[in-house]
This record gives sequence, structure tokens and C-alpha cells, in this order.
Amino acid sequence: MEFKEKLLDSHLAFEERIDLSDAIHQTRLESLKTFEQKGFPSRKDEAWKYTSLNAMVLKDYALFPQTETTIQLKKVKKYFLYEIDTYKVVFIDGVYSPFLSDTTHDGLDVCLMSAALSKAKYRSLIDTYFNKIINKEDSLTALNTAYAQEGAYVYIPKSVVAEKPIEIIHFSTGKEKALWLQPRNLIVVDQNAQVQILERHQSLKEHVVVTNSVTEIYAHQDAFVDYYKIQNDLSTASLIDNTYISQEKKSNVRVHTFSLGGKLTRNNLNFCLNGQHCHSTLKGVTLLEDQQHVDHYTLVDHASPKCESHQDYKGVFSEGSKGVFNGKIHVDQLAQKTNAFQQNNNILLDDKATVNTKPQLEIFADDVKCSHGCTVGQMDEDALFYMRSRGIPKKEAKALMTYAFANNVLESVELPILKKRINKLIAKKLGVNLGFDL
Amino acid sequence: MLTIENLHAQVEGKQILNGIDLDVKAGEVHAIMGPNGSGKSTLSSVIAGHQDYEVTKGNMLFQGEDLAKLSPEERAHKGIFLSFQYPVEIPGVSVTNFIKTSINASRKAKGMEDMTANLMLKKIREKSSLLEIDSRFLSRSLNEGFSGGEKKRNEIFQMAMLEPKLSILDETDSGLDIDALKIVANGVNKLRSNDNAIIVITHYQRLLEYIVPDFVHVIFDGKTVKSGTKDLAIELEEKGYDWIKEMV
Repeated sequence: MEFKEKLLDSHLAFEERIDLSDAIHQTRLESLKTFEQKGFPSRKDEAWKYTSLNAMVLKDYALFPQTETTIQLKKVKKYFLYEIDTYKVVFIDGVYSPFLSDTTHDGLDVCLMSAALSKAKYRSLIDTYFNKIINKEDSLTALNTAYAQEGAYVYIPKSVVAEKPIEIIHFSTGKEKALWLQPRNLIVVDQNAQVQILERHQSLKEHVVVTNSVTEIYAHQDAFVDYYKIQNDLSTASLIDNTYISQEKKSNVRVHTFSLGGKLTRNNLNFCLNGQHCHSTLKGVTLLEDQQHVDHYTLVDHASPKCESHQDYKGVFSEGSKGVFNGKIHVDQLAQKTNAFQQNNNILLDDKATVNTKPQLEIFADDVKCSHGCTVGQMDEDALFYMRSRGIPKKEAKALMTYAFANNVLESVELPILKKRINKLIAKKLGVNLGFDL
Repeated sequence: MLTIENLHAQVEGKQILNGIDLDVKAGEVHAIMGPNGSGKSTLSSVIAGHQDYEVTKGNMLFQGEDLAKLSPEERAHKGIFLSFQYPVEIPGVSVTNFIKTSINASRKAKGMEDMTANLMLKKIREKSSLLEIDSRFLSRSLNEGFSGGEKKRNEIFQMAMLEPKLSILDETDSGLDIDALKIVANGVNKLRSNDNAIIVITHYQRLLEYIVPDFVHVIFDGKTVKSGTKDLAIELEEKGYDWIKEMV
């Protein structure tokens, strides 16, 4: 049986595990139909021209883990920001781990999607927000919605500043030989509220795992959302991340994506700017080797006037790795005085690595400032010689250049401990030990 | 310290150096002069080990060791320093972090521990004041947005920090106004000692009024065509390079 058939057939089994009277079940069923009609995207779809899921969906995956698994904290501590106090929503093979989590309902909600779906007091919020800003045409999002049940639910009420960052972490243990996970997150940040969130998917041993994740983020007027995605998974793990962000007047949303490992990673990052004076930041560092593949597919929809968006993605590729960047900026006819900037710079460290980069600007307003720039190049030999002539060995010089190259993205990371962690991850990837933090 | 004999070198198949001879001893300052395109900067790149330049004939010995076998970083570790005519901008790396990395790389190559933070700081303070460098300048990205004068001053600051045995100053005077030139020359002079040597590459005699050479060599068409004392530089300034060209 093809995996698509299995996904369709297994929905009955899924229904036995959930509450069919909850707020979203009709939406699940409609979404399943959408997926049935559209199926998995193929390279014939323009949006998937450079990323093929063929090999991925030819395999068979377990959809529901057999048993709940516990993990000792000391074995996974390093994946948390353990140096500081945080809220945590942790899943092991898709199942909530109360032991590793640290949730709250004290002044803000950091809890489970399944809890929000089952309790009456969340009903109106779920009705208002669930599945409202997704792309209804997107088959992978529809597939996720069809099976939506578990994930993180975050609600930051009006004028509340979440004092601790929130970590959303998905571990996979390898107990299932091949596992297909579909977490669903909903994050609502009300007027003038602020939150920092870190999301991570991590296999604990080499095994086939695919995560098809959907996150909806609502930033109301004057809200601030600072979101970090750490993608440093094992070479057997793949991730399809579908993130949809809706911004109201004067809100500020920043998403940093650090793609440092994984077999295949696709980041569909969608911003819709619905109110005036929004600020949006999309930044990424991609550092790949071997046969790894990362595809950043961004969309910034300027639907209101006087907003500002900044995109800055840096990529460094070696040894047969592949990078794709497709950055679309849409400026509505109404969206006068838009400032939209996009940068994608790439370095190929050898001739086996490839990058495809494509800016897409659709501008229907006449009083706007939009710019884009893509570069694909090699490491600057003159700069390398300069550093080597000052005694810095070639390998360190290359690492230093890579740091310097990625620094624009790193310098806007506002969690110092995270910045330090990412510095270390990058240094480890480059096989060097730099004597300072940038 | 440095002995160059009949050095020939090419870049991308194009012959640039056609027989350079140079003998630099500890404590000496040598000036290398010549018209544009004569091979002065190529010579400095070849000594520092730029990979684009291929030595086709002759040899270079540094303290008795064949330089041709050493990578640029190994040459730096042995004590060769090249002050670049056009220092490279490295956005994202501060002057301080760069010099720390540079110093500790050389120490590591010699089997020494990293320099302690205190000592490093002390040294940075001392050498930056020697070159009248503001401390704010040290936290800026290396050479990014620096004026021509700032770049050159930063090169000499690095030289002061690294304390090389042999320094090659490639057109250090270009792009400097007279005040900056005096500061740079004063810095270089304070670094002169009986144990180190300096090669000053310049088009004009101006810099040599401040950094007085023991010997002057004239390069033309990739060859050493004339050597003498500092009077040769003055003679060149008066008569121009055509005088040399006619002589060849």
C-alpha cells in the first residue's frame, strides 16, 4: 500500500483515539479530503521544483507510536537551554512527556494542544484561531490538520510579557523503525504581549523520522514574538515545517532559523501583515555538509501599508549538500509605503555542493521600497590569504570567515545563552575552537 | 635573515619577477622602489606565500630555511609579516578578536598556551596608544568602513602586536595624509631593533624621510637593477624612474 493510501485509511484508527465532538473535527475531515485530492507535492509543482519528496513518501511509516517512552533528563539535558529557567512543552515520539515538560496556566497558557481542544474554556479561542491563517491549498498543511491533535498551545494575554522563554521540543527515540510525526502548534499573542519561543526537533538515535509540522502564530496589535528554530537533527531525520504568521497593527515578529543538520528540511515560512506599521524579520543560517538538503520557502504578504520586512538568509554548503532559497514578497495594491528587503547569500565550499536561489517580487503598489539580492560564491581567497599571512591556519581562517559571514544573522539573536549555544554548534560543525564568542 | 637569489615568479602563466636579489640582515631597513608594474607588490606576495604566485626559479631563504615549502601561516609563525597595500575587509570580526586569534594561532604553532586575557589587554592598550588608535576603533569590524589611513594604521598595529622578525610594508604610505604618515612611521621606528628587519616597498621617497633605510634597491621589469644607500632614493626622486629605464 502506498503511504498516501495508508494516511487516508488510518484516519479511522485515528478517530478512535480522539474526541470526535471537539471543535475541530469537521476541519480535520475537510482537510483529509483536501489531502486526498492533492496528494503529496511533486517536482512538477513550481513550489517544489528543487525539493523532491518522492523517496520520502515511498517508505512506510508508523503513524501512532506503540508505547509511551520515558527518557532520563540527563540524557537529553543538552538539548534544552538548561542554563536558564524556561517553560517547556516536550514530546517523545509525538506523545507528551509530563516529566520533561514545565507548563503553566499562571497568567498565561503554555500547555498542550490536546488539552486546549478538549476543554470547554478554550473553545472560543480554538474557534477563533485554529486553522484560520493556513494556506488551504497546501496539501501537507491539510495532511497535518487532518491528524491535528497534539502539539503546543500558547496563549499570552493582553499586556503580559512571558518572563521565561518557551521551549517546544520533539524527541524521537528510534523505537519505531520509521516514524511520521505531525505536531500542531497554536500560538496566540494578544495585544501588547511579548514572548520568546524556541522550537527544536531532535532524534536521539539514527532512525527514519519525518516531521510534518504546522504552527500558527497570531501577533496582535503591538505584540512582540521572537521565535527561534534550531534544526540540528541527525542525518536520518527530515522536517517539513509549515509556519503561518498573522500580524496586526504595530506588531513585531522575528523568526530565526538555524539549519545545521538533518536529511531533508523544508521551511515554509509565511507572514501576512494585516495591520499598519508591522515589523517582520526572517533570518536564517544554513550550514550543511554530506547529502543534506535544506529548502527555505518564504512568503511575506504585505497586505497593509507602512510595514517593514527584512529577510536575511546565509548559507554555507559543502560535500554534496543542497540549498534552496525561494523568497516571495507580495505587496498588495493597498500596501503603500512598504519597505521590504531580502538578502540571500551563499558560499559553496566545494564543487559538489549546489544552491538554487530565487527571489520573487510581486508588487502592486507604486510607493514602495523593495530590494532583493542573491549571491552564490566561493570563499573570498584574498581574505583567506590575509588571515593566513597573519598566522591563522587555513581551517580556522575558513571557520572565521564563515562566522563572519553568518554574523549578521547571529547578532540579532536576543537570548544570549542561545547565541552562545549556536556559536558553539557552528564551531563544532566547522571543526574548530574559536577563542571568543562573536 | 632573508636571502633572495635570482628569484623568478609567475602568476597565471605571466612572468612577473625575472631575477630578484636581496640580502636582508637583522637590524636593517631595506627600501624597495620602482615604477608601477615593476613587480614590487608581487615580490611581497611571493615572500608571504600567496598561492597564486608560482616561483619558477631561484630561491628564498628565511633564517636558512627554504620558504617555498612553507604555507603562508607557517611563514607568519616563523616571524614574517606583510602589511598589505590593500588590507581586506572582514565584516563580523572585530579588530580585537582578529588580533587575539592571530596571536594565539602563532603561539599554538610554537606549542605555547594562549596569551592570558590580562596580558593581551595590556599589550593591546600599549600598542594601540603607540599608534594613537582609539579603543572604540578596536571593537569595529576589521577594516570595514575604515578610511585608507585607518586601514594602514591598523596594519602597523597588528605588526606591533605580532612582533615579527621581518616586516614587509607594502606601499604603507599610499592613501596616508602627512599626519597619519608621521604616526605610522613613528610607530614603525619604535618597533625597529637589532633583532628584526624591515623591508619598505614604496613608489615615492616621501616615506623614506621618516623611515630611513640602510639600503635602497630599485626594481624594474621584475629585476633588481640597482642597489645603494638612502642617497639612491633621493637621486631617484630628483631624476625620476626614466633615468633607471634608460639605464637598463
